[in-house]
This record gives sequence, C-alpha cells and structure tokens, in this order.
Amino acid sequence: MTIPRSILKNSNHFWMAGLLGVCLLLQGCGVSDAPILSPKGPVALAERNLLFTAFAVMMIVAIPAIVLTLYFVWRYRRDGGKGAYTPDWDSSWKIESVVWLVPAAIIVVLGTLVWQSTHRLDPYKELVSDKPVFRVQAVALDWKWLFLYPELGVASVNELAFPADRPLSIEITSDTVMNSLMIPALGGQIYAMAGMRSELNLLADEPGVFMGRNTMYSGDGFADQHFKAHALSGDGFSSWKDKVAEETAKLDAETYLQLHKQSTANPVTYYSAYETDLFNLILRKYSPIVGPYESKAAELICRGAA
Amino acid sequence: MLGRLTIEAIPLYSWVAMGGAAVTVCGGLAVFLLITYLRAWKVLWTDWLTSVDHKKIGIMYVVLALVMLVRGFVDALMMRAQQAIALNSEGYLPPEHFEQIFSSHGTIMIFFVAMPFLTGLINIIVPQQIGARDVAFPFLNSVSLWLTAAGAGLVLVSLVVGKFSTAGWTGYPPYSGVEFSPGVGVDYWLWALIVSGVGSTASGINFIVTIVKNRCPGMTYMRMPLFTWTALCISVLIAFAFPALTVVAAQLTLDRTLGFHFFTNGDGGNMMLFANLIWIWGHPEVYILILPAFGIFSEVVATFSRKRLFGYKSLVYATACIAILSFTVWLHHFFTMGSSANVNAVFGIATMIIAVPTGVKIFDWMFTMYRGRIEFHPSMVYTIGFMVTFVIGGVTGVLLALPPADYLMHNSTFLVAHFHNMLIPGALFGYFAGLNYWFPKAFGFKLDAKWGIRSFWFWFIGFYLAFMPLYVLGFMGMSRRMEHYADPNWQPYLIVAALGALCILCGIICIGVQLYVSAKNWGSARDVTGDPWNGRTLDWATSSPPAPYNFAVLPEVRDVDAFHDMKIHGTAYRPPAHYEDIVMPRKSGLGPVIGAMAFVLGFAFVWYIWWLVALSLVLILICIGIRACDDDTDFVMPAAEVARIEAAHLAQITPVDMHDMRDFEPRGAASGTPLAGRA
Repeated sequence: MTIPRSILKNSNHFWMAGLLGVCLLLQGCGVSDAPILSPKGPVALAERNLLFTAFAVMMIVAIPAIVLTLYFVWRYRRDGGKGAYTPDWDSSWKIESVVWLVPAAIIVVLGTLVWQSTHRLDPYKELVSDKPVFRVQAVALDWKWLFLYPELGVASVNELAFPADRPLSIEITSDTVMNSLMIPALGGQIYAMAGMRSELNLLADEPGVFMGRNTMYSGDGFADQHFKAHALSGDGFSSWKDKVAEETAKLDAETYLQLHKQSTANPVTYYSAYETDLFNLILRKYSPIVGPYESKAAELICRGAA
Repeated sequence: MLGRLTIEAIPLYSWVAMGGAAVTVCGGLAVFLLITYLRAWKVLWTDWLTSVDHKKIGIMYVVLALVMLVRGFVDALMMRAQQAIALNSEGYLPPEHFEQIFSSHGTIMIFFVAMPFLTGLINIIVPQQIGARDVAFPFLNSVSLWLTAAGAGLVLVSLVVGKFSTAGWTGYPPYSGVEFSPGVGVDYWLWALIVSGVGSTASGINFIVTIVKNRCPGMTYMRMPLFTWTALCISVLIAFAFPALTVVAAQLTLDRTLGFHFFTNGDGGNMMLFANLIWIWGHPEVYILILPAFGIFSEVVATFSRKRLFGYKSLVYATACIAILSFTVWLHHFFTMGSSANVNAVFGIATMIIAVPTGVKIFDWMFTMYRGRIEFHPSMVYTIGFMVTFVIGGVTGVLLALPPADYLMHNSTFLVAHFHNMLIPGALFGYFAGLNYWFPKAFGFKLDAKWGIRSFWFWFIGFYLAFMPLYVLGFMGMSRRMEHYADPNWQPYLIVAALGALCILCGIICIGVQLYVSAKNWGSARDVTGDPWNGRTLDWATSSPPAPYNFAVLPEVRDVDAFHDMKIHGTAYRPPAHYEDIVMPRKSGLGPVIGAMAFVLGFAFVWYIWWLVALSLVLILICIGIRACDDDTDFVMPAAEVARIEAAHLAQITPVDMHDMRDFEPRGAASGTPLAGRA
C-alpha cells in the first residue's frame, strides 16, 4: 500500500496517515484477523455491527466529555489560564437540561436498538435459510467438548464439523461444571449447565476453520479446552462423514464413562456410533426423578461406574 | 483434634507457594519485631486497637486497605508475568497456583482493599462533614473494623496454612461445590466473605443512623456535602445488598459442609440461583465501591477549582438514581445463561439507563471546573485523570449492556479491561484523591505533592498500558483466566500489559515514598488551621488532626458549603462564649477480641475443628453479653479540658495562615439576599 505524497500536505491528512499507520501496526499484531472484528458468519457480523453502531452513537457524548474536560482544565488552570472566573456560579437550567436530556435521548436510541437486536439475535432463534438446519448436540466435559451428530449417528471430541451452507443449531449441556460454548468468528456464546439444555444457532458464510472454546473458567485444564470448528463444503463434509463412519470406536455407555474422566488437551477423537439418546441420558443424570432406569446404559450413565 | 488440619497444609510442595508463605510470615514477624523494638505495644493497644474514635478507626481501615493493596497487587503482577511468557508453555505457575492467584486477587481487591479504603475515608470524614462528634454506634464501628480485619487475616493465612480458593472471586458453583473443589480453598474464601460481610453490614447500618440522626443544627439533607450523600446512599445499598451475599455464602457453606443441595448439579440444586443471588449483591456492590469515590471527586473538584460545586441538586439526584437503579440490573452479568430475549432486553435497557445519571455527574464536574481557578493538587490531578479515563469505561460498559454484543465479549479479557477501567480510575483514583485530600485532616500535615503527582502519572500510564491491550485481546477472542495459550498473536499485547503492571508497581512505590518523605518532613508541611486547601465543607472547620470530640461546640449550618460560608462571614475560628462538658464513648478491648474470635471461628470452620468453632462462638457471645451488661460506656470530658484544647489550637492560628476570601461574594443574610432555595 502506497501513501500519496499529497496526503501528508496538511495536518488533517497527516492525521489520516497516522491512523493508517496505526492500522498497519495493529495488522502486524494480528488484529486484522481478530475473530470478533472480522466475523465469518451473519450472526457474528450482526453482533459486531451492533457493537460498532452503539460505539458510534456513544461518541456523541463521549468525545465532547473528554475534549471539554481537557479544554476546561487547560483554559481554567490557575497559573496561566485565560478563562473568566465566577466563583459563585453553580447552576444553569440550560446546561442541566442538556446534560440530562442528551444522554437520555441517546439511551432511548440505544434502548430501542437493544430491544430490537436482542430479539433479532436471540441465540435460541433458528436461522432462516432455504437449506435445512444441521443439528448438533454439544456436551461440556472436563476439559473437552463432545459433539453428537444425530443426523449422522456419529460423535467427535474436540472437533466440530458441519456443512458450511446449512444453518447450525447446537443443543448444549454440561456433564461437569458450568461451561460456555463459543465460536467467536461465527457468533456469541451460551452457557452449558448440567441438567439443563441451552441452544445456540450459528451460520458460516463459507467453508473455513474457526477456533472454538469454552470461555467459562472450569478448572485446571481450562486453558486447553478449545476445538476447531470446520465448516465444510459439500465434498469436504461427505469425506469427513466417511472418515468418521470408518472409525471402529463406538461411544457406548462404558466408553462414555471413560471419556467423562478428567483429561487435559484431549486429542481429536471420532466415534462411528454413540449410545442411543445419549444427550438426553446425560440430561437425565441430573434430574431429581428417581425410578427404574429405562436401560442398562441409562443406569450406567446416570449412576456412574457403579 | 485438629480436624482436617495436618502438616500437609504447609505449602512445601512448590517454591512459589513457599515463597508467598515465607513473605507473609516474615512480614508479620517484621511488624511484630518493629513494634516490640519501638516498645509500642502498649500505645498501640490503648490508643489505637481498642479505640472507638471514628477517626482512628478510619485510619486503621485505610492502613489495612493499603497493606492488602500491596498483597493484591503482587497477585496482579504474578498473573501478568505468567501470561506474558505462557505462550505454548506452562510459564512459571502451574494452573492450580494461577487459579488461586486470580481468585485471591479479585477477593482481596474488592473486599479488603476497596471496601476498607472507602469505609475508612467515610469513617474519618463523614462525622466531621455533618458536624457530629462521632458515629451513632462507636463500639459497633470498632467491631466492624475488626471483623473486616479478621476476614483479611483469613485470606492472608490461607497463603501459609492450606490453599486459597481456585474458583474465582465470584466462586460460581458447581465448580466451587465440594464435588469439584473439595479442599479448604473455597471455605477460606467463604469465611473471609461471611466474617467481613457481617462487619460491612454493621458499618452500613451505623452510617445510615449516623447520617440520619447525628447531623448538626441547620444541616438539612439538601445541605449535606456530596461525599456524605454518597456515603448515605452506599450505606443503604450495603444494608440491602450485603444480606444477599451473606445468605448465598451461607447456602454454599451448607452445601459444602453439611451436604445440602442448593447449588449442586443434581438432586434439585440449581447453580443459576447462586448467580442471581451473588449478583443481586454484586451489582450494587460495584456502586458501593464507586459512589464514595464520586463523592470525593465532587469535593475535590469544587475545592481545587475554587468554585461552588456545579449542579449540587443534580448530583444528589443522580447519586440517588444510581443507587436505586443498581438493584435492577444484576442479570446483565449473565446474559449468556440463556434467558429469553425479553428478559435480556429489559435488563440491558435498565443497565443503559444508569449511564444517564453517571454521565450527568461527569458533566457537572466539568462545569464546576468551567470558569474556575484550577489548581493541580495531586487529588485534583487524580480527578482529572479519572474523568477522562472513566468515560472510556462507561462506553465499553454500555457496549457490554447490549445483550447480543455481550454474547461476543462475555468472559473475555474485554470484560476484564472494562471492569478494571471502572474500578481503577473510578474507585481507586477516587480513594487516592481522598488520601491526598484528607491526609492533613487525619494527621495534621500535608502529603508531599511532588511524589503524589508522580504516583498519579505511573498509575495513569500504567493503567492504559495494562488494560488497553486487554480490550484488543477481547476482540481477538482471548478468554479471561487463561493460564497459558496457543495464539502467538496474543503475546505482544500481554507483554505490553505486563509492562503496564510494572508501571503501576512504580506508582505504588511512589505512594510509599510519598508517605515516607511526608512523614520525614512533617514539620515543614504542618496544617495549623485545619483547612489547608481553602476547603468548603465542615470537615475543614475542625483542627488537624481533630480533637477527640471534633467540634467543641456544634456548628450551625446555613449553606451547602458550610465552612466556606463561615469563612466569608468571619465566623470561623472564633472561640464561643463558653464551653460545655462533652460526653465521649469509652474505649473498649472487646472490639479486637471479637474480631480475633471471629478469625478463629472462620479458621476452625475451614479446617473442621469443631470444638474450636463452638469455643470461639461461645466466647463471642460472652463478649456481646459483657458489652450488653456494661452501662458505663461513656466518660465526660470536662469543659475546662475542652477549653484548654481549643485555646491551644486557636492560639497557633495567625492571620497569615488564613485564606484570602475576597474573591467570593457573601451569600445569605450578610449579602442582603436570603439563601434562595437552600433554607
């Protein structure tokens, strides 16, 4: 990128050049591909734009506040200041009205924005698309993520794969402490809590690999509790499907109990099948209902190794 | 006999932990030896520890806060150092240790730095600002202090005996439950909170009663100085919010100790209840920390702009609005818990509404400076630094109040940067301003301004260096509380943040040097009039340090700027026609004893030493009984003694020491116009 010579001519342009310089510097430090600032899906994009809009609206108050403070400090300093001095002046209806009403007006604008955007971007709301929704169930474990794919009947640990052109709908729960599932480039996060089912709806613009993680501190292995989310093209997804289907390992109740044990930086693992209704069994584990278990697997999962 | 306390509680397993324990023990020993060397035990006990004088209690609170600030800051430094080097490596701290450090950092900074700092300043100043001789319940005040100190003691002891919590300063279950955190750490955290929380609640009640009942003649609500107003508002907040904390801590204790299921994963427990309860306390708590600082800024900005405070009424109503609204926003701490869009939107909007009164305050301070004569005293410089920086924190706060934006930024370092942006410039700068402003009132000599300004610049620049990178890292997807990480793009920012922490270290050292230099040169910076800055409120009408009774004769107030008004009319520094006997509260050793017993109670509970729990509880009850049966809690200071003290003080003041008031117009009766709207 070259900077035209004329840009440096006056101070205004000089500022812009400076800003450009800062941008380049930040780019060098990896900000340009910061997942929040350069989202890779419509949900994250809408959330980021909301952030930018609100930021811009607030500048109406914030910039005058900072600039005026510094200006007053300079102008009315005791030694060398040039301003007038009115030691007993202590109220003005005009000023009071402005300082109450202008921020209030901005909050009315932002409040409207909150109401609309919170409903529009409700993470539980399924995304509208001409393609059917791709459903995944995510289970937070110490310290890894288990993903179940009801449509495919397979499961994976610490790797999420989904067709890039279909909306992704994730049902979330936890079989340990509170966790929070987030794929920053695709959108916001939702907590994972034992015995409870939460939901997150996301969509990727195009195929790609995105960082995902648990953002809620959960213990010793927390720092390593991240995974890659693969948004795959048609071919890519079917070959991923085949790869997982060929796996000999199956996630039956016994295997799940092994998986449930604490482990740090668990390698990516695939299972070609998983215990019937596993997600609901994990939810049932924490429900206060006592009674006969519907299956041996249910008893194993709900009561642990015993 | 000793419950679960065994020799394994001594941290011989890691050199870092051992080092921390050694520093704590050596620090304690050094203080012990120093006091012994100075033969100061008797003076310390009779003049300070057993004192029920609000000024001495206030000073002890501030000393506690400064000591704990150093401890909490060492934690911060260790975290910044760890994150600066822990790219794809374990750094120098294992996860378990790193977790204890961020948990204790938050716990200490909130409960044992900010709370005692503001309580101390309120203690020293509020009775003087309202023209009172002491707080409403002087003995209760002493008990509050010692309960807070007992809580701080529990946190310190956890460094030497056993471990501290690894569950973060908010201790969310089920992680903090016994299933996932079986050790003593969470119990230390809980008992530190419970013991000091009882102290804070008592303080809150004490100050509500003091401000409502003990104001001097003419001190109507709308003539109370802003600092007193904020003290009243936060006392109400404390009285309503702290019970929620006590209850939630008690519930978690029952879960952990007796196998209850309030917050467990299964068996009908619900962790969301904990989140709700702790933030019903936690959000008002934020304002409990910040509002007194706002009060200090209001005093400082008027004094050092040599001008009446602009928009007094606006500031009062804004403070009250913030206090009320602070109870309506707790859910914004967990927008991501899956509440419906309606719920999230309502709490998002409620949160934003708080920005309005807060913004009004900033503008009112700004217009106080407008057409003033600003003097760059350290406390004023802290105030200006606050105004500029706090606006940024306000903006990021409103961003986080947008639920969909919060889905992105929650649990990230952006959030960490935001609340530090509120608490360092918002609260801590205010307390430092208060320290510089009121130090002469407490000790009779001024603090060195040069070192005060230096400490400001280190804190100010250090703050920006330490936290602006964290904002950026939040955008880059970095979660809070990470012991190590794999993204090389993050490291440069974390290194800058670590440099910022080092810069703040210099700021803390400057404060230490400032205290040392000022104490050394105290004779040349004495405050003979009691009014070193040409102050406006009644706290400057007393001598510095004030006599035990503050006011020999209770003043009559006619204006918001009561003492300013007296100086203009020439009624200041005039001996009254006659003095009267003054009834004063007697000192009591029961306060520190109850505090010590509360410490033992907490310690015994943490280690399941049940006989000691019972014993300390019984002893506390006996102490309360002794106090309840004691009818001889006051003594009379004879009028002659009062006259002698007052004469000695007034004799020192020469016309040269007095401030030139010619710039100011007389208001009220002397100027021929009544005080409109202020009567």
